[in-house]
Amino acid sequence: MNWMKCLFVREYQLANRVGGGALIGVLFFLAVVTIFPFGVGPDMILLARIGAAILWIGALLATLLGLDRLFQADREDGSLELLVMSGRPLELVVLVKCAAHWTATGLPLVLATPILSLFVGLDFESIVRVTLTLLVGAPALTLLGAVGAGVTVSMRRGGVLLSILVIPLAIPILIFGVSAAMAGAIDSNNFLVPFMFLCALTLFGLVVGPLAAAAALRVSGD
Amino acid sequence: MNHVDFEVGSGEALIVQGPNGVGKSSLLRVIAGLVAKAKGTIELEGGMPERSVAEHSHYFGHLDALKPLQSVLENLSFWRSFFEAADFGDGKVRESMSEMEALETLGIAHTATLPAGYLSAGQRRRLSVARLLVVPRPVWLLDEPTSALDKASEEVLLGLIADHINAGGLVVAATHLPLNLPNTRYLNLSPVTTESEHMFASDDLDDYFDEDEQGEG
Repeated sequence: MNWMKCLFVREYQLANRVGGGALIGVLFFLAVVTIFPFGVGPDMILLARIGAAILWIGALLATLLGLDRLFQADREDGSLELLVMSGRPLELVVLVKCAAHWTATGLPLVLATPILSLFVGLDFESIVRVTLTLLVGAPALTLLGAVGAGVTVSMRRGGVLLSILVIPLAIPILIFGVSAAMAGAIDSNNFLVPFMFLCALTLFGLVVGPLAAAAALRVSGD
Repeated sequence: MNHVDFEVGSGEALIVQGPNGVGKSSLLRVIAGLVAKAKGTIELEGGMPERSVAEHSHYFGHLDALKPLQSVLENLSFWRSFFEAADFGDGKVRESMSEMEALETLGIAHTATLPAGYLSAGQRRRLSVARLLVVPRPVWLLDEPTSALDKASEEVLLGLIADHINAGGLVVAATHLPLNLPNTRYLNLSPVTTESEHMFASDDLDDYFDEDEQGEG
């Protein structure tokens, strides 16, 4: 278990040091969310109605932004070869890398959500709902993106292709996330049903994501 | 590349020779499990049966696997804790070096706290070698091990490889420079790709028609 801790700490540190790009995601999130009121106009009622969707789409794009480097940086410096042949289960390596990546880049997005929610005029209960759905749903985006990152690891301009591959697959997560975030009250069925689906998608991603990404990485050595 | 057969025993080195592009590196990558082999088998006798050949091996390739933002010591400590050590198969327990001992052996102990990005090409290479010293594994797969090293560090590296061989390890090195190592066998890969053209220039040619690539850990 010690090796998993070491890998997590290393990945987390690398993401947070200069050039690691952990904060880039939050800044991009900020940019996407702030641009919407300028485009939509100063209609507070309309903004509040589409606010949850804006936040979710912003979080999705910000998550995708950093994911192309998840395995590519390791491939370029030769670390990936060693990770593959180290004797550690590659699925767990991928899972730990995703966990560290999410802690470094996804968690700041969730923490920034309440503040950015004010920009689109959400009330208190909506803020709680959006933050809660992102907390549960953003890991699913990272895990799904990890599969795309594994598939595109050997491509020079993999980042764009990654987004094109992952965005259609992220639609279910987006649908359940936004519908839970826009539901009436937290204890109502309107909130709980899509929220549970969102939890299920994340759990599903926890199993399928590392398996698929590891399979893609194994054949990337050719 | 086809019809490549060879056998290396523990305490031996196999030097893979041949012109550029003939597949020396590919051969090492196949043994390391990084490239799928089209057919054939690679076996390790006396190792841990539940683990593959790659999991008994250190691969020392062209890339140094260093993170420029982390310090020299952090880089090495990570690989030390991440890699799983492997038995030599003879029941003897091998002491691995500590990180600082390995850095001192390679003459880069003074850089321990510097970010790895500040190192010169030769120093990066030496730091990469240090990984092989801190985790005991019986098989060393070395791809052009002496590139970017000066004469003195080349001597140190050859000494370390010789120590590894004398301790019962197994070395497969791809190179086109002569390496002065004990118990050396040679495998010459020729660019002709028709059948049976890869000559095996070992002292015992009996192994030539063995079906398997074998090694004894």
